[in-house]
Amino acid sequence: LPVWFSINADYFFLQFTIPIDNGDSVKTAEADSQRTLYPYVTGTSIVAIKYKDGVLMASDMGGSYGSTLRYKNIERMKAIGKHSLLGASGEISDFQEILRYLDELVLNDNMWDDGNSLGPKEVHNYLTRVMYNRRNKFNPLWNTLVLGGVKNGESYLGMVSMIGVSFEDNHVATGFGNHLARPILRDEWHADLSFEDGVKLLEKCMRVLLYRDRSAINKLQIAKITEEGVTVSQPYSLKTFWEFKAFNNPTAGAEGSW
Amino acid sequence: HLSLRLSLYTHSFDEEEEEAKMFRNQYDTDVTTWSPTGRLFQVEYAMEAVKQGSAAIGLRSRSHVVLASVNKAQSELSSHQRKIFKVDDHIGVAIAGLTADGRVLSRYMRSESINHSFTYESPLPVGRLVVRLADKAQQVCTQRSWKRPYGVGLLVGGLDESGAHLYYNCPSGNYFEYQAFAIGSRSQAAKTYLERRFESFNESSREDLIKDAILAIRETLQGETLKSSLCTVSVLGVDEPFHFLDQDSIQKVIDTFEKVPEEEEDGGEAEAEAAAAPAEQGGAGDQDVAPMEM
Repeated sequence: LPVWFSINADYFFLQFTIPIDNGDSVKTAEADSQRTLYPYVTGTSIVAIKYKDGVLMASDMGGSYGSTLRYKNIERMKAIGKHSLLGASGEISDFQEILRYLDELVLNDNMWDDGNSLGPKEVHNYLTRVMYNRRNKFNPLWNTLVLGGVKNGESYLGMVSMIGVSFEDNHVATGFGNHLARPILRDEWHADLSFEDGVKLLEKCMRVLLYRDRSAINKLQIAKITEEGVTVSQPYSLKTFWEFKAFNNPTAGAEGSW
Repeated sequence: HLSLRLSLYTHSFDEEEEEAKMFRNQYDTDVTTWSPTGRLFQVEYAMEAVKQGSAAIGLRSRSHVVLASVNKAQSELSSHQRKIFKVDDHIGVAIAGLTADGRVLSRYMRSESINHSFTYESPLPVGRLVVRLADKAQQVCTQRSWKRPYGVGLLVGGLDESGAHLYYNCPSGNYFEYQAFAIGSRSQAAKTYLERRFESFNESSREDLIKDAILAIRETLQGETLKSSLCTVSVLGVDEPFHFLDQDSIQKVIDTFEKVPEEEEDGGEAEAEAAAAPAEQGGAGDQDVAPMEM
């Protein structure tokens, strides 16, 4: 049976209602602890673009615990099978769960050993089914996923959100990237970008995110997927500039403020 | 029991040699009983059922698969039985044997195919479908004493990433891949024809493949005039979803080689022993064919 058919046995015996705070303290507590209500350790934006040879994806390595930047070495992009690359923002533990589902999927696919293999389109669609199904059970995987890949010369780039909204595009971004990176990509992306130009474009987006997104850190990775396979770069930092005059003595006009 | 013994003796004789030795014995009552020589007789009897059905033929090239069958009708008053089914745009199946069993299995295949498409937005590879089908036949066949094997052979033709494929699933749960194959009654005649020509099929054009399929069908008719109403032909290929050829197209192909209208021979009462002789003559090829001697 496909993974998303598996039903937590507990659900059959518990009330399946959204908890409303009407002062009642007995609130089917078990039901709540069984499903995701809010995320705990989260990753911030992922930005990805199609380029000449395939797909480029960038993410930083931060894991925030609320407003604390608690973890600074989290890899939020992973290779899936031979042809795909998955990046995730949102709850890190849910991302790890998804990686286990995909592990099983890829393993079974390999076990067939018959010359057929799962391409990015298949993985993307599978993930859409999983995310949408969880959303229908009011127990979402709190992630926005970016799925990129190349198979038989065709590049593929798609996105799935935690409520199962899914689509493909030439460039995608999650989280804050939606607001800050997308406008840049819309202006400056074009077909057949070279590798260097693609990286420059991604770095431009990541730099803006670094300046403006409080959960971003200056330690990023860029992943590339082409017909040959996946490579994830070593972590590195972007050069930043903080000497803008307006920031130099910000309280000049109003002593005591910040 | 008596009728079973009779049916074993009166089936057509153009089969392999081993089956001549099939007598009723004490190990054949149950599908879950082995014989001392390591045979499951009920399974073997089930394979005989395939030979009762009218012929079905499949052939493939690198890019196309053609499935064809003989239209057999219970009587002149009734319509003929459907033996070829579309499973998906890229998979078709032709059956021979207990058509009721065949229908059920076709429905299973359609269901598997559509579930895969829904989850992965991508066509199910034929090879994987065929394995699931074989497992289902196996499970039902030998593992449970209250069930019986499916009495139908399936020629599954389809297209996937690794090219065009033709598989034969038999009631035993085995499956084999073929370049070309024929099942059902008088299929030996068709097989002889195909054996002579299969090496060229991989590179055949779509049209030649269809022509060969119809010619192979003709072999199984043993003297009956080949008319488009007597056969059903279906094609699938790269850029060509599974579909049936209409009667006119089939008749056009028939007309290219049946230039001489044949005299009506004595119906279709084939003396199966003479199966080999007409096969040789019929196989003479695509040129003007001499009327078969029967």
